[in-house]
Amino acid sequence: MFDSSALLRQRFAALRSSAELFSLRHVKQSHQSLSVRRNVVEPPFFSQDEGAMLTARVKGVEAYAATADLSQAGLQRALERAEALARTIAAHSLLDLSGQPAPSGRHDHLSPNFDQPLPSLADCLELLATESASVPKDSRLVDWQASLGISLVEQTYLNSAGAELRHAQRFLFPGLGVTASDGQDSQSRSLGRENFGQQGGFEVIERCGLVGAARRIADETLQLLLAPNTPSGPRDLLLMPDQMMLQIHESIGHPLEMDRILGDERNYAGTSFVKASDFGHLQYGSRLLNVTFDPTLGEELASYSFDDDGTPASKQFLIRDGLLLRPLGGALSQYRSGLDGVANSRACGWNRAPIDRMANLNIEPGDQSLAQLIGGIEQGILMRTNRSWSIDDARNKFQFGCEWGQLIENGELKGVVKNPNYRGISAQFWGNLAAVGDRSTFQVLGTPNCGKGEPNQVVRVGHASPACVFRQIDVFGGDA
Amino acid sequence: MSATPQQRFEDLAGALRDARQADEQFTLGYSAEHSQFIRFNHARVRQAGEVTQASAHLRLIRDGRQAEQHFTLGNDPQLDRQRLHDALAQLRQTLPLLPVDPYLRLDESPWQSHDLQAQPLPDCAEALSLIEREAGDLDLVGIYAAGPICRGFASSFGAFGWHQANSFNFDWSLFHANGQAVKANYAGQTWDADALVARLRQAREQLDFLGRPAITLKPGSYRAYLAPAAMDEIAGMLCWGGFSAQALATGNSSLQRLYNGDASLSPLVSFDEQVSGSLSPPFSDEGSPRRDLRLIHEGRAQARLVSARSAAEFELQANGADSHESPCALSLAAGHLPSTQILERLGTGLYISNLWYLNYSDLPAARMTGLTRFATFWVEDGRIQAPVGTMRFDDSLYSLLGSQLEDLTSERELILSTSTYGQRSTGSSHLPGALVKALTLTL
Repeated sequence: MFDSSALLRQRFAALRSSAELFSLRHVKQSHQSLSVRRNVVEPPFFSQDEGAMLTARVKGVEAYAATADLSQAGLQRALERAEALARTIAAHSLLDLSGQPAPSGRHDHLSPNFDQPLPSLADCLELLATESASVPKDSRLVDWQASLGISLVEQTYLNSAGAELRHAQRFLFPGLGVTASDGQDSQSRSLGRENFGQQGGFEVIERCGLVGAARRIADETLQLLLAPNTPSGPRDLLLMPDQMMLQIHESIGHPLEMDRILGDERNYAGTSFVKASDFGHLQYGSRLLNVTFDPTLGEELASYSFDDDGTPASKQFLIRDGLLLRPLGGALSQYRSGLDGVANSRACGWNRAPIDRMANLNIEPGDQSLAQLIGGIEQGILMRTNRSWSIDDARNKFQFGCEWGQLIENGELKGVVKNPNYRGISAQFWGNLAAVGDRSTFQVLGTPNCGKGEPNQVVRVGHASPACVFRQIDVFGGDA
Repeated sequence: MSATPQQRFEDLAGALRDARQADEQFTLGYSAEHSQFIRFNHARVRQAGEVTQASAHLRLIRDGRQAEQHFTLGNDPQLDRQRLHDALAQLRQTLPLLPVDPYLRLDESPWQSHDLQAQPLPDCAEALSLIEREAGDLDLVGIYAAGPICRGFASSFGAFGWHQANSFNFDWSLFHANGQAVKANYAGQTWDADALVARLRQAREQLDFLGRPAITLKPGSYRAYLAPAAMDEIAGMLCWGGFSAQALATGNSSLQRLYNGDASLSPLVSFDEQVSGSLSPPFSDEGSPRRDLRLIHEGRAQARLVSARSAAEFELQANGADSHESPCALSLAAGHLPSTQILERLGTGLYISNLWYLNYSDLPAARMTGLTRFATFWVEDGRIQAPVGTMRFDDSLYSLLGSQLEDLTSERELILSTSTYGQRSTGSSHLPGALVKALTLTL
């Protein structure tokens, strides 16, 4: 761990620059993807990536140069390119950062159980092969796959103000998916995959529930193939955590990103229905809604001590009792807007610059068990596991779909329905939040695939949530 | 004088050939770019940087087993060779742990391909000055991305491919004070300042229409014209496994009913994978020469995209598809509607410039949902009346490009991908606009 630190420190100290502030962010990442599909081991895939971004501030204007040439000369060239570019754009620059303080301090952050050895590659493949082989033989089961992704990331941030911030993290992404088809229709069920990932060791696979799950997932897939379509019309909607995470992500997370509100993302990811003047005033949801930016849950995907611009991270309420309090805005956005934010300036790697991103964005638990949530619904539907997502560029009009639906009548779970979809408007939807599950319904989830930014970036984000009930939501099914 | 990217790749491939053991085979892919990225907000530079990156993708094969490693390359040939040897060592350790791969199939032909397009790129300061001069008074937001892109491939069977092109992609939106916006793009390989100025002025003129008070439509069914950029979003959805041999064989394709023969599209609809003449390298990531393929002919399914692995698994013929079996240069044949007659033929309905954030609401039924975005207008009697607030549609492809398709435009647009996830994309599409009798709006 941090094998490169001494050399980086030495080379950084030897850099020559006329910039008033410069920094180096070195990122070293490795990844392995293992998969067994239809009982056949897919070719294992490994990756190794290492490089650095040099950023220079010249007369209040910043620019960067990213390079994989980590020699002294290579780093010096990159720094000089960043300085030259800062001078080139000076006459055209939107921002004057002369007054923005430089981060400082020295700190190391590690994932939980970072040093715990993981099972060998052969053992991992055996685990996946066992799950794959547990899928029953049924001609309608046409595709299935058990997979495991493991990523290691080490980052060192150094700047000319003396900061040295390092983190070493390990992420695991277990997954299982089954597809059934009758020739006309097809239905899929999954566990983990895009809806689950955590920091840590082997315990992440245990928490995912991958081992021994294949038979149940296959059975649920066949149930869906035989199930009727979801009925259309307004119903109470019980969202389980593996759909809540998507709901939080799209209709709370993205609209609260300060760079969207400041207009940076209007050409690509979009803008926001939230205005800067709404913070401290807008009733975003019902009084049951409590949303936190929480980098302190060790296993959650975006737990860290400092963000990629060097800002110390701490838990903050973004929405308390339904009232909007603060945006997802890092140090630069806070400097630009004058609003208090959080430490969420993040980059996907050494070749992309940090921007405002979601990190861990959670809903705090309420006081009702799952049985109480179901018992409080007269006519409703339970939905779990996201499969489809679409929302407008201001993050207001949305339509989401799930893999699994189950009707609720008079406080009891009833039959399974396929193609469960629902639509709504963010600004109204959260006002319909009628019940929040307690800690027994709370799950720490996350996704490796949040895309945003120009140039584009994909980052890992964490979402932890209890199950939640929303009153009178427009639900509907598929075509056949 | 430092080595060229091609010389670096050849050096790496040579080192791999030297290190190869008698019973081993390999494929080696290479990807590199030097990119300038300049973001704009309010017609000023919000963020600027340069990225120099290169990487190799090694696949090692022995005794019917295979494993792959992707690794970053620096600027030091000795260090890069060391990384290659490290990758080789890890793969050699891995292969004995694997069972024989029943779907391992290799292209063993010693094909050769060389494609070098080195048109000069504009100077960064010159481009900035031009943009500021022409748009400094506008609320412009977007990104300018430019620089050389390289792709290489070599195999132990003697195949060798090299593709290098300079390109630029300036993608921007102009915002009216009322929040409405128009999107535009200037991309290609030969920079022409006059062409950029013309595009900027055209977008500026469209802003005038956006100043009118926006109207809100009720959910329902509407006549609509989908401009090529909007069609690109629909075509993009079909690239999510629609034509993939694996997805079609396993119930995961949105076009499975079309390929089963249980459904058809309008006879106006003919889709091709048109690699020749596109910006994509003429070889796949698996190391096979790409081929032009007719995917849909007059509404009926034709070829599917078959990777070497799918060919083995589903007993098909591989046809040069990438490993993920997605088109890289999708082309939709032109129709008969002259662009000058679009408003007249639309009559009363929606003129939709762009769509946004599409996804499937029922994948086997090819039913998709998404939203209008940028410059959507309400048209009456062939005249633009007012911009329309964001609306959601939810409709089946078999309706939009099937029973409800009235015509396609006789002119098409070449749309170069603006994607920069991981690296700048070389993908493109070539599409007409579509006039549809009914588009279902739901929210």
